[in-house]
Amino acid sequence: MSESLETRTPSRLLAVWRQYSSPLVPVFAVFTALVVGALMIGLTGGDWLTAYIGLWEGSFGSWRGIGNTVVRSTPYIICGLAVALGFKGGLFNIGAEGQLYAGAVLTVIVATSLKLPAIIHVPLALAAGAVGGALWGGIAGFLKARTGAHEVITTIMLNYVALRLTEWLIKSKTPYLLGDPEDTTGARTRFIEDSARLPGFQIGDTTRLHMGILIGIALAFAVWWLLYKTTIGFELRTAGANPSAARYAGISVPSTIVLTMALSGGLAGIAGAGEVLGVRGALSADLLAGLGFDAIAVALLARSNPLGIIASGILWGGLLTGASLMQVRAGLSIDVIKIVQALIIMFVAADQIVRFIYRIPKRGPGEETSIAKSWGG
Amino acid sequence: MTTSGAQGRQVVLEARGITKRFPGVVANNNVSLRLHKGEVLALLGENGAGKSTLMNILYGLYHQDEGEILVNGAPIRASSPHESIERGIGMVHQHFQLVPVMTVAENVMLGNELMRGAIFLDRRRAARQIGEISRQYGLEVEPGAMIADLPVGAQQRVEIIKALYRNADILILDEPTAVLTPQEADDLVRIMRTLVDQGKSIIFITHKLREVLEIADRIIVLRGGKVVGEALPAESSESSLAAMMVGRDVLLRVDKAEAHPGEAVLEVRGLRVRDDRGLPAVAGVDLTVRAGEILGIAGVQGNGQTELVAAITGLRAKEAGAVRVSGQDVSLSSPRQISELGVAHIPEDRQREGLITSYELTDNSVLELYYRDPFAHGIIRDEAEIDAHCAQLVEEFDVRTPSTHVPASSLSGGNQQKLIVAREFSQPLKLLIAAQPTRGIDVGSIEFIHNQIVKKRDEGVAVLVVSAELDEVLALSDRIAVMYHGQIVATVHNGELTREELGLLMAGADVHK
Repeated sequence: MSESLETRTPSRLLAVWRQYSSPLVPVFAVFTALVVGALMIGLTGGDWLTAYIGLWEGSFGSWRGIGNTVVRSTPYIICGLAVALGFKGGLFNIGAEGQLYAGAVLTVIVATSLKLPAIIHVPLALAAGAVGGALWGGIAGFLKARTGAHEVITTIMLNYVALRLTEWLIKSKTPYLLGDPEDTTGARTRFIEDSARLPGFQIGDTTRLHMGILIGIALAFAVWWLLYKTTIGFELRTAGANPSAARYAGISVPSTIVLTMALSGGLAGIAGAGEVLGVRGALSADLLAGLGFDAIAVALLARSNPLGIIASGILWGGLLTGASLMQVRAGLSIDVIKIVQALIIMFVAADQIVRFIYRIPKRGPGEETSIAKSWGG
Repeated sequence: MTTSGAQGRQVVLEARGITKRFPGVVANNNVSLRLHKGEVLALLGENGAGKSTLMNILYGLYHQDEGEILVNGAPIRASSPHESIERGIGMVHQHFQLVPVMTVAENVMLGNELMRGAIFLDRRRAARQIGEISRQYGLEVEPGAMIADLPVGAQQRVEIIKALYRNADILILDEPTAVLTPQEADDLVRIMRTLVDQGKSIIFITHKLREVLEIADRIIVLRGGKVVGEALPAESSESSLAAMMVGRDVLLRVDKAEAHPGEAVLEVRGLRVRDDRGLPAVAGVDLTVRAGEILGIAGVQGNGQTELVAAITGLRAKEAGAVRVSGQDVSLSSPRQISELGVAHIPEDRQREGLITSYELTDNSVLELYYRDPFAHGIIRDEAEIDAHCAQLVEEFDVRTPSTHVPASSLSGGNQQKLIVAREFSQPLKLLIAAQPTRGIDVGSIEFIHNQIVKKRDEGVAVLVVSAELDEVLALSDRIAVMYHGQIVATVHNGELTREELGLLMAGADVHK
């Protein structure tokens, strides 16, 4: 009797594990990446414990760290939503980077050239960012809908166009377009009007905690609502999940593609606007560099779940924020954090590795056979 | 135990107490069977009865949780198809495993190449061996022909040769007649006879009752993962086998009264449509379907039926011609505009078009109705209404599911199809277009869906049924149109032509009465 009990308990635990572990894959991916990162620090002669304690204190372990993390995470959350929305519509928007800049440029124009009360100026400048990003994303959507040009190619190309255009707008001196004649380096635009600044307050000497995070969280809920509670979201997801069935259902797939890219670009544009209005107060060509690509990672880590992106965006921002203190404490290169981030993405993307390590099954008999094939079982 | 004609003969393959579990289902539950030398054993069962799982275990694609397999009396652990082939077990899958851009000889050799020196393929020797096999068993093929140029029946012969080339003594054929014309199916029966006469043994899987009685020496019926009976063709009838398969009596003939056709609802005139490769697929089709009648289109798959249906429903551009629904020209209308005229469409491929398999049943139950009142108010979806609608469909159409909130992929084919039919019938209808409405589903579901279609006809709906199964067209239609190479080659009242004559028309022959 006791024997059967003993053999039973673990198998029941295992059954529970099999049933509920699937959503935890990203968590295990992060954990595994941290373990492998620690091994790497150890192997290169570093002290991983000191490093990780520094990482923790710098990001989440102090009020100042938390403030910095929140500010740093905001654009990753909003831009992550942009990429995730694209994924839900079956589109791989690699162009968030370009859409960020396109949005930021329109935002700078509105924020520097108009004089309005803050209550109007801030929303208008944010809306300008959304419009800029939406137009830039919409181009790629239109090209795909009309000609079938793959969005991965067109958005990558449009990234270069947006970045160079932004540089030209900033650096042109005859005449000055967006550049600031008072800035001798010529690396940034004029500063925005105070009335366009995102409300916030100074924490410490260098960081200003602004309301962008509230916008980000609100947008996460808005995207979730749009995707799952409206007919527009249904069309977008259906076109993404199965274009043939979407056509059968009477959905215009080309219009849905344009709309998806415009919405995705619009979100990215808001992320760019937030950095201009909340953090820097001006636009420079390096302000948003790499953000659009990291956003892909943030979206993947949350498996494109809009609410999950709040968490993955904060994790991403936290890792970057804590990296500097880790660097000081453990004498490590900041690149270690980049490696850990890369490992996280690798483990999320190759989730079969994580599933294999932690014995997390795929769901459904159909998926089971695919695992059997890839593991030679 | 039923006595068997093959009794006393050598047992070449035996399964003892095979049990295989998948999460949530027991696919095979203590299944035992014996295959004798020189015997055709039919494995009959509905979709989801566990036939394919059992065959995949015998072939080594899956491994059983319990039980053992014996080949020629010796227990084996078939853990890969490769080992099964070495033990003389060959399998012909329902979807052929051939490389279309390679020749017959190259495909047969693939994975088992004859070499000349270290790097050159010995095509000539391979062709000679293939020639010998094909003469010995009456399997006509041209070793140098490209697979892509061969008709389906010939491709299937290549698959069989592939197995024989690897010295298979036991052949497993998975739904071998599903893709064949009636004439090709007759050829296959002849080939199977030749094979067993020369000492090969065959297991074939099917859910078609007619051919089981024609071909098999012995029949094993599976239901719900268990062997529920064994029968000899001489002592069985289609209805006794169907009852065994489904577990209750099944009405094989559709019970329908005479049609009372009304005014023309669907009129197609001079329709021309190109396929995905830009080739003419529908080459000038005229047809009319009246209210209260069922027009069945018979034809071997790939003769333009798919494109015809897509053009009528607005899913594919028309090159020329006109389509009118209730007198209104819809030649240039979108799928949604056509649907809103009261046109329902049961698509031929339920997983590619009819459902989003990752969506829950609720979302699938409003797939093309999602934007209409009461399922949405403006852009905001009304989930309570959708849930209630779905629950009602599931109830009325007896869709077997633990809940309406599971992905459609978790349903069996028959239940997926019932959900689609329920959805299509849930709006006010004038015209129903049903493409392959019962492909690959169980007898019980077929009966149910057929009766529902006839019920719609009796309510005055015009029905266009397109099916590659001649039996289905014969069972449902009031009038039959035969489609061949993009054209309607004959339109007759049901009963004017025999099954054989229709089969010949489907194969492109001239039939003069």
